[in-house]
Amino acid sequence: MSADPVVLTVNGERWEAAGGSTVATLVDAWCPSPRGVAVAVDGAVVPRSAWDVTALVPGATVELVSAAAGG
Amino acid sequence: MTVDTAPDPSADQPPDPSAGPSADPLVIGGTELGSRLLLGTGGMRSPESLAEALQASGTELATVAVRRVDPTTRHSLVDLLEGLGIRILPNTAGCMTAAEAVLTARLAREAFATDWVKLEVIGDERTLLPDPVELLDAAEQLVDDGFTVLPYCGDDPVVARRLEQVGCAAVMPLGAPIGSGLGIRNPHNIELIVEQAGVPVVLDAGVGTASDACVAMELGCSAVLVASAVTRAEDPRLMAAAMRDAVRAGRAARRAGRITRRFVAEASSPTEGLVGR
Repeated sequence: MSADPVVLTVNGERWEAAGGSTVATLVDAWCPSPRGVAVAVDGAVVPRSAWDVTALVPGATVELVSAAAGG
Repeated sequence: MTVDTAPDPSADQPPDPSAGPSADPLVIGGTELGSRLLLGTGGMRSPESLAEALQASGTELATVAVRRVDPTTRHSLVDLLEGLGIRILPNTAGCMTAAEAVLTARLAREAFATDWVKLEVIGDERTLLPDPVELLDAAEQLVDDGFTVLPYCGDDPVVARRLEQVGCAAVMPLGAPIGSGLGIRNPHNIELIVEQAGVPVVLDAGVGTASDACVAMELGCSAVLVASAVTRAEDPRLMAAAMRDAVRAGRAARRAGRITRRFVAEASSPTEGLVGR
């Protein structure tokens, strides 16, 4: 397992994650709570059940979303 | 000699004909809702003020937008709505293509564990009017993917019919552009949509004040979705209560069967027995 940091784009920003990071660790770092949060990687939704086992890949584009007042 | 007695306060009161959501529930996609007023959460000054307005409105369904997580926020809109017992209706607000809307809807389903979606696909940012071509495409894809789709559309009966034909659970025509407060610009078209619809019609966008919501219900809409008229009112809580009453009044008036419009008068007092005639 690589220990090199992984550089990707999260919510439009450059983000460096530790080698071996998963979607779950990213959500942990970004979100006050995982409740009401959804994740897309390269335009595809990653189900919550797969967060723990989805590794972050260099150059990936990640969107972390939740509810905002509106609609 | 009769003795007057005070009225028995426990005697049965006649049922309030305009009340009773359980007697006249709104049914969308097989789900019963006790309120015909839906609220949007956008534009409110504070979470406290939003909570007050939501409670005052009696709503059971509120829309939320889907946006990038803000790591600095302390406040959870999901928690606020769930705490009030209000269902979440995610909205693909801001999307301009079918692809964006479909991805947003799928993210929302995952985030909020609901397959209900208010489908909004706009054609331009100045008017925020719906793009019917992208909207129909997105609606078809989402219905096929198992969503309960509530599309926000223009007041064109042809588009409304097509949305129903592809399987939408309701149609939500605008009264006027989002946030404009102009009320119902084309009541005739709303009536045409109501007349042909086999699914609930929810007047959505453009409501400015209580009478607009009342008129929507009198035209035969099944429900009204209000956002800016409440959230941007001077007193959102009071306006929310007014909207609740307006929707009930309009619904009751519709069910009561109004008089027809007459070109000339029809006397309501007897025309016989006039003194001196």
